Amino acid sequence: MTVTDHTQATADAAHSHGIVPDKSRADRIVSFDADAFPVPTGREENWRFSPVRDLKPLFADEPVAGHLEWATSELPAGVTLTEVPVDDARERTVRAPGDRASALAVKHSGGAMALAIAANTVVDEPITIDLTGVGGDVRGHLLIEVGQSAEATVVITRTGTARYSELVSVNLADNAGLNLVLLQQWDADAVHAGEVVAKLGRDARLRGTVVTLGGKVVRLNTSAAFAGEGASVDLFGLYFADSGQHQEHQLFVDHAVPKCTSRVTYKGALAGATAHSVWIGDVLIRAAAEGTDTYELNRNLVLTDGARADSVPNLEIETGEIEGAGHASATGRFDEEQMFYLRSRGISEDQARKLVVRGFFADLIHEIGVPAVEEGLMRQIDLELEHVADDLQEEPGDE
Amino acid sequence: MSTLEIRNLHVTVDTPEGTKEILKGVDLTINSGETHAIMGPNGSGKSTLAYSIAGHPKYTITEGSVTLDGEDVLAMSVDERAKAGLFLAMQYPVEVPGVSVSNFLRTAKTAIDGEAPKLRTWVKDVKGAMENLRMDPAFGERGVNEGFSGGEKKRHEILQMELLQPKISILDETDSGLDVDALRIVSEGVNRAKDNTGLGIMLITHYTRILRYIKPDFVHVFVAGRVAEQGGPELAERLEAEGYDRYVANA
Repeated sequence: MTVTDHTQATADAAHSHGIVPDKSRADRIVSFDADAFPVPTGREENWRFSPVRDLKPLFADEPVAGHLEWATSELPAGVTLTEVPVDDARERTVRAPGDRASALAVKHSGGAMALAIAANTVVDEPITIDLTGVGGDVRGHLLIEVGQSAEATVVITRTGTARYSELVSVNLADNAGLNLVLLQQWDADAVHAGEVVAKLGRDARLRGTVVTLGGKVVRLNTSAAFAGEGASVDLFGLYFADSGQHQEHQLFVDHAVPKCTSRVTYKGALAGATAHSVWIGDVLIRAAAEGTDTYELNRNLVLTDGARADSVPNLEIETGEIEGAGHASATGRFDEEQMFYLRSRGISEDQARKLVVRGFFADLIHEIGVPAVEEGLMRQIDLELEHVADDLQEEPGDE
Repeated sequence: MSTLEIRNLHVTVDTPEGTKEILKGVDLTINSGETHAIMGPNGSGKSTLAYSIAGHPKYTITEGSVTLDGEDVLAMSVDERAKAGLFLAMQYPVEVPGVSVSNFLRTAKTAIDGEAPKLRTWVKDVKGAMENLRMDPAFGERGVNEGFSGGEKKRHEILQMELLQPKISILDETDSGLDVDALRIVSEGVNRAKDNTGLGIMLITHYTRILRYIKPDFVHVFVAGRVAEQGGPELAERLEAEGYDRYVANA
């Protein structure tokens, strides 16, 4: 097992100097011009953990022919799904792309799909969008726009396979509330680089949940920026990396205005010799963001030898006038004492492992707030664990 | 009628300083309905005996045998031992966050019995057992041992013992760290289980106090990895008066 926990180093730097060792996260380039971003080599700060070789098709500046198949639940009154031409789509995107894959996704998407929820519309049932890859290269651009005081839950599920890059723009008007769930349940050979950029108006509330189980490489980069006071962001993430899977989640919460709250909670399990997860959580509290309250947490549970979890929390604080700011990162081995305890009560090894991992994820799953998704997830995690049992049986020396 | 038979048990453990022999030839037989107190100073190997019988991977059996009704316990996996009828109440029960006590108990009962318990009687049994141990019903919704006080952990161990109904139960310093009220509640639980199911008990303890509440039939003094002396309840009284000094000096 390799565990890279950078918490202490970053914490020391952040707490003693107020900034991270390299330049501020705020200085990173954003642009619709793909040429603003050279093809990543893997040496760049934001690509240094990524398997750039696998992602290479997503860096090619050329048109693509593929598409994802869309299936959408029946849209209630006040909710529309429309196609938007490329130029308009750019206008309506809350922030320009932050990397080459994202910029090229917009450029070659052929336009965006826009899901709009009209002001004051309250949608009780989740709006579901199922995206199924049928192979090939696909570029996507999605706009989610929630009008003033509107509230909705949107569940986007990705299955099948593709080499897919995308930009998802999330625009919450004043006092809007959105529960956005992104499920990555790709087939084993899918490659997915996505960027989610969210902007929150005054008093807006965003709950974002990311669940990554499938795919060969999934790299999701989520940014949330506060544009008005009194807004809050809760970002939850759950991932389970098997052998051969790379699952990367980068987060950036930009506190630019006063009195906003952010919580980031990501948990992952890893199993199999080449399983790799990356979590990078950046929080920036700008000088103007007095009264900020933020906390980010990443926990990883390493089930078998050889899996690698990288975890990098970064906190930049430019004002001392805040309510609270903290982060925690911990990566632990699967606990043999827990296993012994459960097994000494007659519970089989497989069942005991299931209980421990379900327990590890339980509080997080209950945060999703969409019962159908929660139930499905527990089943999916059980399935993941059955692979683990197979892996373990192949390991020599295990009882 | 069940019998746990330990013969010439030698156990080693790997330490940074090398392999160390902890148990040096233990002989002990426990029958249903019997309570055996294992007493001895710290470091004498009492807990090693308990964990070795339960199958903790840290310990290596180098010699000897453990059988339950003639079946080779040492050849069984940890969960097979529990299914065969052995139970270990641990001194330091482990937290399993996010797994509720009620889910844990039901899963364990199903595993031990080989079938899910009948829902209605099970709920009633759990409720009754918890009441007897003065445990709040809200306990069932908490994570296993998560944030439990020392007394709650021990009561939870005895709760499991009462519900899982083992043939032979090993109690590893169940009394340590308990105030007298908690000790009384826990002891009542042990006596109740014995009355109800006639289980055999190996009661490992450092202190004599628990023997006022759980009456041993046999007392074994454990020193330096083997039984140094054995007798009836009167031996415990002598230990209470004299302590372990006599044995430690000889060891």
